[in-house]
Amino acid sequence: MNAFLASIGYQRWILPVLLIIPLAGAAVIWFQGARGERAADGDEVVNGTASSPRGIALLTFAIEFVVSVGLWWSFDPSNAAWQSVVDTPWIPSWGVRFTLGVDGIAVMMILLTTFIMLLAVGGSWTSIRARTHAYYALLLVLTTGMLGVFMALDLFLFYVMWEVMLVPMYFIVGIWGGDRRIYASIKFFLYTMVGSMLMLAAIVYLGYSARNPMTGTPVFNYDYVLQNAALTSTAAKWLFGGFFLAFAVKVPMFPFHTWLPDAHVEAPTAGSVVLASIMLKLGTFGFLRLAVPLFPSAAMSPTIRSIILGLAVVGIVYGALVSLVQPDFKKLVAYSSVSHLGFVMLGIFALTVQSVQGALMVMINHGISTGALFFLIGMIYERRHTRLIESYGGIARVVPLFAAMLTIVTFSSIGVPGTNGFVGEFLVLIGAFRTEPVLALIATTAVIISAAYLLWAIQRILFNPLDKAENEHIPDLNRRELAIMIPLVAAIVWLGVYPAPVLRRMQTAAERFVTYVDARRDVRLPEIADGGGNR
Amino acid sequence: MITNLDLSVPAQLTLALVPDLVLMGGGMLLLIWAALRPESDRHQRAVGMASIVLAGVTILLCLAWSSRYTAGAGPIAIDNFRWFVDVVVLLGTVFAIALSMDDNMRSGITAAESHVLILLASSGMMLLAAARDLMIVFLGVELMSISVYALAGINRRSARSAEGALKYFLLGAFSTAFLLYGIALVYGATGSTNLAVIAGRTTMYNLASSPLLLVGIALLLIGFGFKVATVPFHMWAPDVYDGAPSPITAYMAATVKAAAFAAFIRVWLEAFPFSASMWRPALGGIAIATMVIGNAIGIVQRNLKRLLAYSSIGHAGYLLVAIAAGTVQGSSAMLFYLFIYTLATFGAFAVVVTLTRENQGAVMLDELSGLWRVRPWLAFAMAVLMLALMGFPIFGGAGFYAKWYVLQAALNAPVRQTTLAVVLVLTTVISAGYYLYVVMLMFMRPRPEGLPAPEQAGGLTRVVLNVTVALLLIFGFVPERAIEVARSGQPVFGPAAGTTASTLPNVIDFGAPRSPPERVVFVKGPPQVKYDSAVAR
Repeated sequence: MNAFLASIGYQRWILPVLLIIPLAGAAVIWFQGARGERAADGDEVVNGTASSPRGIALLTFAIEFVVSVGLWWSFDPSNAAWQSVVDTPWIPSWGVRFTLGVDGIAVMMILLTTFIMLLAVGGSWTSIRARTHAYYALLLVLTTGMLGVFMALDLFLFYVMWEVMLVPMYFIVGIWGGDRRIYASIKFFLYTMVGSMLMLAAIVYLGYSARNPMTGTPVFNYDYVLQNAALTSTAAKWLFGGFFLAFAVKVPMFPFHTWLPDAHVEAPTAGSVVLASIMLKLGTFGFLRLAVPLFPSAAMSPTIRSIILGLAVVGIVYGALVSLVQPDFKKLVAYSSVSHLGFVMLGIFALTVQSVQGALMVMINHGISTGALFFLIGMIYERRHTRLIESYGGIARVVPLFAAMLTIVTFSSIGVPGTNGFVGEFLVLIGAFRTEPVLALIATTAVIISAAYLLWAIQRILFNPLDKAENEHIPDLNRRELAIMIPLVAAIVWLGVYPAPVLRRMQTAAERFVTYVDARRDVRLPEIADGGGNR
Repeated sequence: MITNLDLSVPAQLTLALVPDLVLMGGGMLLLIWAALRPESDRHQRAVGMASIVLAGVTILLCLAWSSRYTAGAGPIAIDNFRWFVDVVVLLGTVFAIALSMDDNMRSGITAAESHVLILLASSGMMLLAAARDLMIVFLGVELMSISVYALAGINRRSARSAEGALKYFLLGAFSTAFLLYGIALVYGATGSTNLAVIAGRTTMYNLASSPLLLVGIALLLIGFGFKVATVPFHMWAPDVYDGAPSPITAYMAATVKAAAFAAFIRVWLEAFPFSASMWRPALGGIAIATMVIGNAIGIVQRNLKRLLAYSSIGHAGYLLVAIAAGTVQGSSAMLFYLFIYTLATFGAFAVVVTLTRENQGAVMLDELSGLWRVRPWLAFAMAVLMLALMGFPIFGGAGFYAKWYVLQAALNAPVRQTTLAVVLVLTTVISAGYYLYVVMLMFMRPRPEGLPAPEQAGGLTRVVLNVTVALLLIFGFVPERAIEVARSGQPVFGPAAGTTASTLPNVIDFGAPRSPPERVVFVKGPPQVKYDSAVAR
């Protein structure tokens, strides 16, 4: 496989191609849809032909996934340098370059993205009926934005990609969402924007702190900024604050999480899946890639670190407790995300190799199992048009396939050994226990609570007496839905039983992160600048 | 081959002003033609077309002059800053006349003079772009303002238009008085109205913190503040913008502002750099107030034109940040911003013109509801324009780069403007509150029952809309070329500080001191105010 990939120069073109394919697909869909048939109310006539928007979208995402899978083999886990690097000038007079590259973490995130997006088309297949061409075009543009964030090695490019994914999601929630979609979409947009605008100011500042000594133009290259940014300790704290807010809103960490239940619940199924599976990971990815390595002394200063660890643990327990009382199954899963992402933050800031690897595993596992849960909720919602847990009961007898899938996915989300969920949270907890035993202990209780709320929920949905007449004739999963669920379940089992190949690919990056940050956490930055152009 | 002109020779000074003179002279000829025929829609269109051609010719002249001439000291500048501003102003002129031709027909304005007034106002703006002497600044401001007062009230049948025009005239005249008094005090302090000479004498006689000069600067700040509508001198803007015909509003919000800002920054950077520590806090405070109040009040607007008026106040705040940076990078950032802002504003007003129904002045925001269902392209274009004004990357095209440039200038200034930068990004979030509201209405609300789809816009309106959106999107992907041009458009300062005014033509230099050291007043000891006898010359 490797020889074949090398022979076609895979490493040289893969990253830009992954960004271009969705854009090309979006353009085709847009122009095709603009010419398409229209009903009287301005909506296009939904048809099932291959040239329909959803057909083109499926084809595009399939190509995207197949092309991206090569990264699994072409990526060299033992090499700590950036791989598949592409670097061309973009705006030379501002020192901005179009630089792409991946490490082990980014590769896994890219594969997760292309995998989930392919399934997301399946999840929207029948549920999106109005203005499908715009919907699928936005979904494709969104993919480019998310992949771009994982690949960008230039801070300017990172910011642009970070914002690019915001607008499509705003429209997806706001146009195709539920009843309170407008409120949810604007809240989502504004929350995210407050954080990202401050990050923008921080990036400009950082670029000038690392300016090229010969020409005076700023430099935004990640590696260059990492080594050359001349910051005072005060500046580092404020800049970290800018990045922290951007990523903490996205993760979301405890006090910044209130947009999440609204957006997740109101979004259409594929929107919820993408939000939960990928977009939340962009926040934790931002911490791993930018916020912590750029300002290790600020991020790991005792006060800031303990605040973040505290918020992470509060988020873990709070998310779990709030999930316990949710009557709406989708909202329950949304709050459980707050809890799961708290584990990721705990793992990152506990700063041991095990905990960081665990955090990475939780990122992937949460992407798979929560994505699967949202898919299942979408499937049952299409049949019964309610998400309230109490509207169901005993439907395991009516829809056995659905019940089996939901049970497996629930086990994975709880973290039952043998499923993927177990590996990640276990690694985070034992890793964190070495540096933060008390916090790890508190976090452990959330594992129990998560078993409580999820098992209780599926008991009420699947196993209580079948006492509602509407529930007696629900059709079971069809072939399309099985085609979505089977890959997810396969991934759940595979990662639960044999996660080593995934862990091995991320190990170098995780180790580098921990050693890099650990070595610099106690470096004292100057209180005032040494005349390098600051102040 | 670049020729260096000696501006003290009248013939060469005239040569340097040829593009301005062509526009002025052509405008006057067109004015005669416009008055010769009886008012009719056909005549108004013919005059409009001729005006667009004249503006186009002037753009070509500016481009030709920019690669042909340069000059040293003098009352006017021949530098890329001037040519860049000229081209932005003339571009706005072309857009405004094009939109007017369609809008006049719809709102029943048959006065062909409206196009000529735009040309005359633009020639005043070209003077402002060139001015390196406060007297020329004043001439430019007057020529521009008086034409625009008339334009604001061009719709004679509309009471709101008349109200707005009167308000604009009274406050504008008031602000001109501030400007003039400021010029007088600056002259009193330094003995010259030439920007370079003012700066030179400020250092030579250590006048940087002289109260007379500072009061003069403060009055000039107020005068310019009125012209560009900064808080707290913005009160006139929403009423005037709302009352005037939409193309004129766009012209006031974008082009008038561009010219006034060009003169503003040139005066500030060239004449008063040494008093920077005194004016910077004031300018920064005004910038913060303008950004916060302009954007915050924008949120509660329900009338599209008023919303855009408050948005333009917010943008004036962002532009003040570029001035507060006090560097040539700031002036380049401002040029780039003005260019992008002109595109986005005219695009947005092209949408307003399209949505305006006959005999109905205001476009309420609710009329945008569900626009996507009935006019998808219009809604898409408006979304791009709103995101561009918001400064959003890619989807908002080049709007983001404009904002980024200003941020860069603020954070790279010798006196780093971190507070202004942070306020700028935070007020951008506030502005998202109303820009997104417009987008939300168009895409996420259903079309209300009984609200007819907007009529097809006139051909010229469509051209303006398509051109502005296309340019914004193209520059959104490949901004390098535009940035390079803006970067080369720096104002050229000089002559070196301390040069006497003897090389300047007499008409302009009112006060060349015979024996400079005697004029050191205000610095120490009791004032020995001794005005130069040259004044009487």
